This record gives sequence, structure tokens and C-alpha cells, in this order.
Amino acid sequence: MESCYCIEPQWPADELLMKYQYISDFFIALAYFSIPLELIYFVKKSAVFPYRWVLVQFGAFIVLCGATHLINLWTFTVHSRTVAIVMTTAKVLTAAVSCATALMLVHIIPDLLSVQTRELFLKNKAAELDREMGLIRTQEETGRHVRMLTHEIRSTLDRHTILQTTLVELGRTLALEECALWMPTRTGLELQLSYTLHQQNPVGYTVPIHLPVINQVFSSSHAVKISPNCPVARLRPAGKYVPGEVVAVRVPLLHLSNFQINDWPELSTKRYALMVLMLPADSARQWHVYELELVEVVADQVAVALSHAAILEESMRARELLMEQNVALDLARREAETAIRARNDFLAVMNHEMRTPMHVIIALSSLLQETELTPEQRLMVETILKSSNLLATLINDVLDLSSLEDGSLQLELETFNLYAVFREVLNLIEPVASVKRLHVSLNLAPDLPEYAIGDEKRLMQTILNVVSNAVKFSMEGSISITAFVAKSESLRDSRAPEFYPVPSDNHFYLRVQVKDSGSGISPQDIHKLFTKFAQTQSTATRNSGGSGLGLAICKRFVNLMEGHIWIESEGLGKGCTAIFIVKLGIPGCLNESKLPIMPRMSTTIHSQIAFPGLKVLVMDENGVSRMVTKGLLVHLGCDVTMVSSSDECLRVVSHEHKVVLIDVCVPGIDGYETAMRIHEKFTKHHERPLIVALTGNTDKVINENCMKVGMDGIVLKPVSLDKMRSVLSDLLEHQVLFEAI
Amino acid sequence: MDVVNQLRRQFVDYYTSLHREGFVDDQFTQLQKLQDENSPDFVVEVASLFFEDCEKLINNMARALEQQQRVDFKQVDASVHQLKGSSSSIGAMRVKNVCIAFRSFCEAQNREGCLRCLQQVTHEYSLLKNKLQTLFRLEQQILAVGGSIPVVE
Repeated sequence: MESCYCIEPQWPADELLMKYQYISDFFIALAYFSIPLELIYFVKKSAVFPYRWVLVQFGAFIVLCGATHLINLWTFTVHSRTVAIVMTTAKVLTAAVSCATALMLVHIIPDLLSVQTRELFLKNKAAELDREMGLIRTQEETGRHVRMLTHEIRSTLDRHTILQTTLVELGRTLALEECALWMPTRTGLELQLSYTLHQQNPVGYTVPIHLPVINQVFSSSHAVKISPNCPVARLRPAGKYVPGEVVAVRVPLLHLSNFQINDWPELSTKRYALMVLMLPADSARQWHVYELELVEVVADQVAVALSHAAILEESMRARELLMEQNVALDLARREAETAIRARNDFLAVMNHEMRTPMHVIIALSSLLQETELTPEQRLMVETILKSSNLLATLINDVLDLSSLEDGSLQLELETFNLYAVFREVLNLIEPVASVKRLHVSLNLAPDLPEYAIGDEKRLMQTILNVVSNAVKFSMEGSISITAFVAKSESLRDSRAPEFYPVPSDNHFYLRVQVKDSGSGISPQDIHKLFTKFAQTQSTATRNSGGSGLGLAICKRFVNLMEGHIWIESEGLGKGCTAIFIVKLGIPGCLNESKLPIMPRMSTTIHSQIAFPGLKVLVMDENGVSRMVTKGLLVHLGCDVTMVSSSDECLRVVSHEHKVVLIDVCVPGIDGYETAMRIHEKFTKHHERPLIVALTGNTDKVINENCMKVGMDGIVLKPVSLDKMRSVLSDLLEHQVLFEAI
Repeated sequence: MDVVNQLRRQFVDYYTSLHREGFVDDQFTQLQKLQDENSPDFVVEVASLFFEDCEKLINNMARALEQQQRVDFKQVDASVHQLKGSSSSIGAMRVKNVCIAFRSFCEAQNREGCLRCLQQVTHEYSLLKNKLQTLFRLEQQILAVGGSIPVVE
């Protein structure tokens, strides 16, 4: 509608239209003014709105539009020029702003739209993260379960508990329906159902080990899904339900021998057990990867735990075995000791008991011989004597051998004439040899020393034994005895590999060879010769008598003399040669020999040594014996005090007494106790008198007892003047006297 | 001096016969050696002591063995042990030998055997006593005529 300045508008007939326009404009203006207010209000409320500038622009645009419509209200009637100008300005501004806004919106609207898409994207992302969080949480749970399972499994060393715990925990963690373990049988050909989760005592249900499904599981180190219908998985009674998925995994059974210190055990072990896990039926659950991994890890842990348990079992078993063996050994040792003690006691008793009656028999028979007898009686008595002499020899031999065997025999070293020994042997053997028409020759090497240090009696016994054997077993021919000093080359004999003689300056090795031309010995019998009581089978030996002990004893003596003895023979009928080498000392050397007994050097004639004023105390119950001892000592110049009882002895003894002689053979008075009390009385060593025991028999036991109570020496009764003299001089010189026979 | 030599020869012969017959052994010779100016009667003293001892012991043993019911063999053994010790100290060989046999009978608790041995011991003892007394008489005789007692090795 046109409006002019001069014409007053009239209400036309379409005044109604005008009215409505008027009202609409009014409402538009109202609305236009309120919209920005609302905008501002809500924008102020929201925290972030990136487009403030747009808002302002939009607000301005709307406000101006509203203003335009508002001013339009005045233009319906006549209005002044000012209104028109205001109207025009408003319109112009509105136009400008709206164009600007329109232009701006071209930029803004795509942005606004993209915000929307970003929001959608973020929402999706958030949902995805949520899902992954859920997954991680489950995995962590699983990990925790594995740790707990491992802890449970490894916290016990009992095999059964390990396996049972494994099944229980696995069942719980993975919410399994059934879990079972199949172990290989001893034969290795079958798998036996050993443990299940829900049946406490599974029946010995077995399947053969070479099923394809089992091989498949064993050949892979992963958990393998198997069909619920295969024999190892048929653990539940078949029902109408769909069985859950089944997984099987191998559990290596490691042996101790698989563990090398520096390497990990290779899984080349042949034995596996099978673990079968069944998900609940009708659950539509599937085996997840992480669950399978869990199962594999558990299987490995179980393997290690089982092998630890196995090692522990082994070591405990070994220890028990050892303990049993120890107990048995201890018992055996004690029994052996008892036996040895019994034997020693027996020998000690028999030593005396056997010899005494023998002596009596021999003594009385010889006495009988001296009396008047008829020729028959004389013959009888001679036979008795001969037999008893033989018996005495036998007894002595046996007792000697026993004491030789238990090492109690000690050689008695002294200087002796070596040539005389051989001559003596020759003298003894000549009669017998000449009766048998055997020629005996003796060859002593010129470099053989005339005197030597050794056990003369036993050396002679050995030579005599060997020579008499030679004579015994020869019917004709000759016997030759050769003796010479063994040089080092000849000392090492291939027949005696364990004999390592070491020549030295104060010893030499005597080699004696006795060759006979008699019946000889077959090579296989040679080794029997030196064993006790064994005899070769030939009748010749049977007839010659002899108990077979002789050579055994010789061997012992030779061994004691650090030597070696052996026999060579080329066979039956070719004679044999007996050879022995013994170690003897060279006299004139001042070194002591290594044997424990102090060697009694053959001394020059004792000068009339006297012991003027030497105070001696003698304790002896027997009056006669006491008097004799006193006489001996007085003759040697000693100042003798006599006592007859232990108490008196202790009362009288003082530090002035240099020597105390105690008779230890008297029953009822304990000489040993007296010695001990003297020791107690004199604590200072130099004040104590030397204590010597007088005894009637040489017994190792007495020897030992004397040593035990601290006696300084032993003297064998009866004591001759010379013996007493040498005893006292030795005693005072060395402060100790081992034994004076 | 013929008498002295004769007596001395007698002494030596007697002494050697004692040895030969086994009445005494080397120990007796040792005792002879102990006799010197300081103890001129040593041997006689020892012998007298021995005879006293012997008699006492023999009486003990006789008494012990007379018991009909229970013979105390331990006591008998102790006495024999003493006798053995004394006889070996003086060198009475025969007595000592009988003692050895006697001891084995004691250990075996054989009353008959013991009685027999006791008899033997008594017999030997009296023989020895006689012999030694003869010897000592010879010694006195030699000393009386101014001679010295020969030392027999």
C-alpha cells in the first residue's frame, strides 16, 4: 500500500484487512523481540556455545526485523516524516543484517551439521571402548584366576592334592561341567581315568592311547577342541541335552632325567597325561581364546608341579631307604663287634685254658718218663708225649694264627746272627733229610750280613717250615737253600705286583730260595697253598700229615716282616721252588725301626750297674716273692720299702720313691687301682714315681690294662738279677719300659 | 784243704743234681747270686720263709678240701695261686708244676683231682725241704772248715 505525506489516509472499506495486518505486525514484533531474549537466556544457561558472534548477529537481525514490524504499526495511519525516516533506517539496517546473516549461515550450517556427525562418531567410539573394557576386565579376571590356580597348585607337594586342586579350581574358574584327568598306565599303552571333578572315586576306566584324537592332542602343545563323542569325553551319562564343547590339552609328565641344569627340559618326553574339560551342556557357551590359553598355562604349571612332587617323593624314598640301610648296617656292625668281642674273649680264655692242660700233660708225662717203667709202659708214655707235643704245636699254631689275624701279634726285634739261624735250620733238618736220602745244601751269599735286626724266632720258624715242606714233599733228589741280599731289580717280581719294596740305608731285603726236586704242584693249586687248612689233593700230602696251617702262618710272618712269599712250580713231578723276601734291619744303625716295640739291642756286658740309694717301693702280697724281690733290689743297692696291701702302699708312697713295683697277679688286691690312685696322688709329673707291674704271664690284656692305668712298664716274673738290673737302668734312662721279657 | 775241696765238690754235685732232677731251676741260681757279704744268709732265709708259707698253705688247702659237702674251690685256688707264686719266686720247679696242674683241677672243681694234687704237693714239698736242708748243711760244713761256697752257673 502506498503511503504519501499529504493525503490523510481514510479508513477504506478493507479496514478489516488493515486491522489484521496491524495486529499481525504487532504480534510479529513481539515474537521477534522475545526470540532473542529466549536465545540469550538459554545460551547463558549452557556452558559452551561456540557461535556467540552468530548469535549476536542473529539477535540483531531479529531485533531489527521486529523493530521494522513495530515501526510499521505507525505507518498505518498518517505519520510524520520522522517516522518514515526511522522506518527507512530500520529497514535498511534490517536488510543489511539479514544479508550478512544469510551469508554467514552458509558457513555455519555445514559446521553445525558436522558437529552432529562427530557426536555420532564419538558415541560409537564410546560404545566400542565400553565393549573392550569389558573384555579386558574379563581377561584380567582370568589372569587372576590363573595366578590363584597356580598358587594353589604349587602350594602343595602332594601329587594327589595337586591334581585334585587343579581340577577343582579350573572347574570353578571356567564354570565347567566336568573336568577330568587321564593318566598313562604303567605299560604306557592305555590312558586311565584318574581324577574327575564330580566323581570322587572314578572307576578304572581306560582307553587305548593310540587313538587318533589322542594323538592329535598329544602332538600339539595347545588346547585342542575335541568332539564330545570321543571316548575320553564321554564322562557324563548321555542325556537328552546337547553336550557342551569339549577341549583337551596334554600335560607333559616330566621325569627327573629330563632336567639338565643349564637347559630347559626339552619336551621330548614321551609320557603325557590328558586333561579333558567340558563346558556345561545346553549353555551355548563357546570356548574363548583366552580360556584356552588359560587351560594351556595351567597344564604346564601342573606338569612342573607334578615333577616337583615326583622329585620330592623320590628323594624321600631314597632317604627312607638310606635310613633303613643305615639301621641294618648299624645292626650288622654291632653284631660283628659282638662276634669279634666274643671271639676275642673266647681266644683269651682258650689261650690260657688250652695251654695249661697241655703243659700239665706234657710236664707230667715227662715226669712219668723219668720214673721206673716197663718197656710197654715206656712206649705208651712216649707215644703220649709225642701226641701231646703235636697237639701243643697245633694249639700254638692255631692260637698264633688267630693272634696273627687280628693283628695282635707283634714282632720281637733284636739283633741276631743270621748265619747261625741258617745253620740251625740245617742242623734240624739234616737228620730227617738223611733218612729220606735227600741231600740238603746251603748257599749263603758272601754279601749277606752276619748280623741282622729282626724277629729271630719267627724267621727261623718260617725258614724251617719252608724247608721242612720241601723235605716232606720230596721222595728223592736234593734240596738247595740259597740266601742272598735282594737287589732292587730282583725285588720287583711280576708275580707280586702289589709288593713295592723300598730299600733304604738301614734295611736290607733278604731273599731265600728253597728248591726241591719233589712232587711239584700243579699251577692251579698254587694259590691254595697259602690258605688255611686247604690241602692239595695228592695222596702224598695226606700221608705226610700236617694241618695245612704252616704256610699260612709263614705268609703272615713274612707279611709282618714287610715281605712277600710265593711258590713256583713247573707242574706235577717237576719239583718246586719256594721263595720269600723279608725286610731285616742292619745293626749298627742308630735309627729306630718303625715297629712300635723299642728294639732291645744286644748290649755289651752290663757293667755292674748299681743304683745306690734308689728308693723303691715294692707291693706284693706273697711273702716269699716279696723277700726275693727285696733281695734283688738290695743287692743292686736300692733302698727298699715293702708293703703288702694297697692301702699301706698309698700311705707309704712319697715323692722320694723313684720306682714302685706292683704285683698285678695277686687276686683280691687290685694292682691297677693302686696305680691309678698313685697317679691321682701325684699330680705333678716329675714328682710321681715310676710304676712297674710285675706279672706272671704275658697277656695282651694285662699289657693293655697296664697301659690304661698309666703304668710305666711291665716285668715278667721270675725276675733274674740281670733282668732287674736292665729293667731299672732302662726305666731310669728312658722313663718308660715297654716290656721286659 | 782236701776236705774243703771234697766238700765243695760234693756241694757242686749235689747242687747240679738238684737242677738235673728238676727240683730247682734257674731262679734258685739267681737267688744264690743275691747272697753276698751284706746278706750272707739270704737263701736260707728265703727258703725258711718258703717252707713256712708252704706248710700254712697246705694246711689251708687240706682243711678246705676236707669239707664233705661244699668245697670252697675259690679258696683252694687262691691258696694254690699263692703257692705257685712262692714256688716260682724261689725256683721250686716241681712244686710249681704240680701247682699248675692243681689249678686246673680247681677250675674244673674236681675234688678227687685236687686231693691227688694236694698229696703230690705235700710229697714234693717234703722232698724239696729235705734236699734243701741237706744243701744248706753242706754249706755250713764248708763254711765251718773255712772254705767258700762255690758258685755254680
